[in-house]
Amino acid sequence: MRIYAIAVYLFLYVPIGIIVLFSFNAGSHASELRGLSVQWYAKALSNPFVGDAFVTSLVIALTVAVLSSVMGTAAALALQRLKGKMRILFDGLIFVSVMIPGIVIGIATLVALVTVFDFLNPILASIWPEGAEPPKLHMGYASVIAAHTLFTMSLVIIMVRARIAGMDRALIEASMDLYATPWRTFYQVTLPQIYPAILAGFLLSFTFSFDDFIISFFVAGPNTTLPIYIFSSIRRGITPEVNAIGTMVLVGSLILLMGAQYLMRERRQQRTTG
Amino acid sequence: MKQQSKSNRWLTAALLTPTGLWFAFMLVLPLIVILVFSFGERAAVGGYAGGFTLEHYANLGARLKAFSNTLTYAPIGTFLSLLVAYPLAYYLAIKVNRRYKLMLLVLVIVPFWTSLLIRTYAWIYLLGGKGIPSILDWIGIEDVRLINTPGAVLMGIVYGYLPLMVFPIYVSLDKLNKSYLEASSDLGASPYKTFMQVTLPLSMPGVATGCMLVFILLMGEFLIPAFLGGGKVFFIGNALVDLFLQSRNWPFGSAISITLVVIMLITVSLYMRMTLRNSKTGVDESLM
Repeated sequence: MRIYAIAVYLFLYVPIGIIVLFSFNAGSHASELRGLSVQWYAKALSNPFVGDAFVTSLVIALTVAVLSSVMGTAAALALQRLKGKMRILFDGLIFVSVMIPGIVIGIATLVALVTVFDFLNPILASIWPEGAEPPKLHMGYASVIAAHTLFTMSLVIIMVRARIAGMDRALIEASMDLYATPWRTFYQVTLPQIYPAILAGFLLSFTFSFDDFIISFFVAGPNTTLPIYIFSSIRRGITPEVNAIGTMVLVGSLILLMGAQYLMRERRQQRTTG
Repeated sequence: MKQQSKSNRWLTAALLTPTGLWFAFMLVLPLIVILVFSFGERAAVGGYAGGFTLEHYANLGARLKAFSNTLTYAPIGTFLSLLVAYPLAYYLAIKVNRRYKLMLLVLVIVPFWTSLLIRTYAWIYLLGGKGIPSILDWIGIEDVRLINTPGAVLMGIVYGYLPLMVFPIYVSLDKLNKSYLEASSDLGASPYKTFMQVTLPLSMPGVATGCMLVFILLMGEFLIPAFLGGGKVFFIGNALVDLFLQSRNWPFGSAISITLVVIMLITVSLYMRMTLRNSKTGVDESLM
């Protein structure tokens, strides 16, 4: 049993280890290791395309995470008080948005937005004052953010709702009986209890968005996110530079995960001691 | 329960409005648009022209291979992931020393939080000519082709989705009351019998969740077959990318997307109905 577990851990980590090892390759050939060096890191970091793609991905992922956790939490809170047909409708929409493959979301968003833009752009141009350049709607940051948020928002709703279900309702009722305003009840009673779920949802949304390739591939328009950049580099042929970028992404996710773990532990300790 | 006041109802509506708008514009509207497109004509330059035709649905057979591949590899891949994941989840939940439990569990989950793109890309190295085949060559097994084979794709699937399978099974095994296992062995059941009659049935909710998550993701998979299948093993996702971005046949691509969504809705709801019924009887038994 233990040997089996060790084998599975090796299976999980050897490929990652290979990427990391080859990122320090001194040779320029991707699959022959010739001594160690950090030249590929220097090369990746000084490549303006990599920097741009990283910033694009970061901006998108942060926006997605903030939007999803705020809207998702609000919806989860509202849904527990909602009954009847509206409740069934929302539950159905959440189910579909989580279940539908990312590639279909990407395609449907692309097709729908292109159609809407083709319809709106001439109208905008015709009503725009003479001389001034009319705005032209196109795919870009906003379309990627909107498409990612559809999925991650539903994730946050599901996670926060599970947390609310496990929450002590008596506390909320007590708070209301003591004439706390709904806002105050939320801020002082509900929020501290659902906080871990919101934080987990925020992180999950961020990582999903940052790592997503397929949705962005369809709706990013002229923008290049980091996964799109990596994908097209791999298509051109594997180079040690891609390994260096990959390693940095892996290390970045690890730091983020450990940071989140640390933050949560910190809060848990505060609550038990305070 | 208190009666909801009017202001309370307004608050509920206000909290739900952003989400509702998002669903309307980013889910319902796009799905309606591709539904309409799937009945339309293909414009001469690619893209879409109005009209009503069923030819794209009649023509689905042209991409039969993509459908049949997806519908065979997704269940097989899910099952293989389950086979690899179950013993590990069992080990983590029941056998391992408490002190290392959390750390070992985190080690399984961490890869899932990192880019699937990069993790799949690692296998291009390992399975490519200079990877495992060259080692095999060195010990005397020559001319082994690993990359761009069905086996490579299945390997990529198991590798990519293993964490997603381990976690729910671990959760259900971890919740399992260990006194049942002791009771079973005290009553003289062999370890095999204990496993088959106690452990396995009680872990079914976790197995069902894990299988569903992996299956759903596999149905829309693009990256793994693109990297490790090399055009020989391709899924519906690969056909869609080709149709939308290379040949720009939007109506046909829309018809395929709609078909994929319908297949998924049917399989997933059947599956959920089945497992819900099973887990209900499971709950009843455990309450007795």
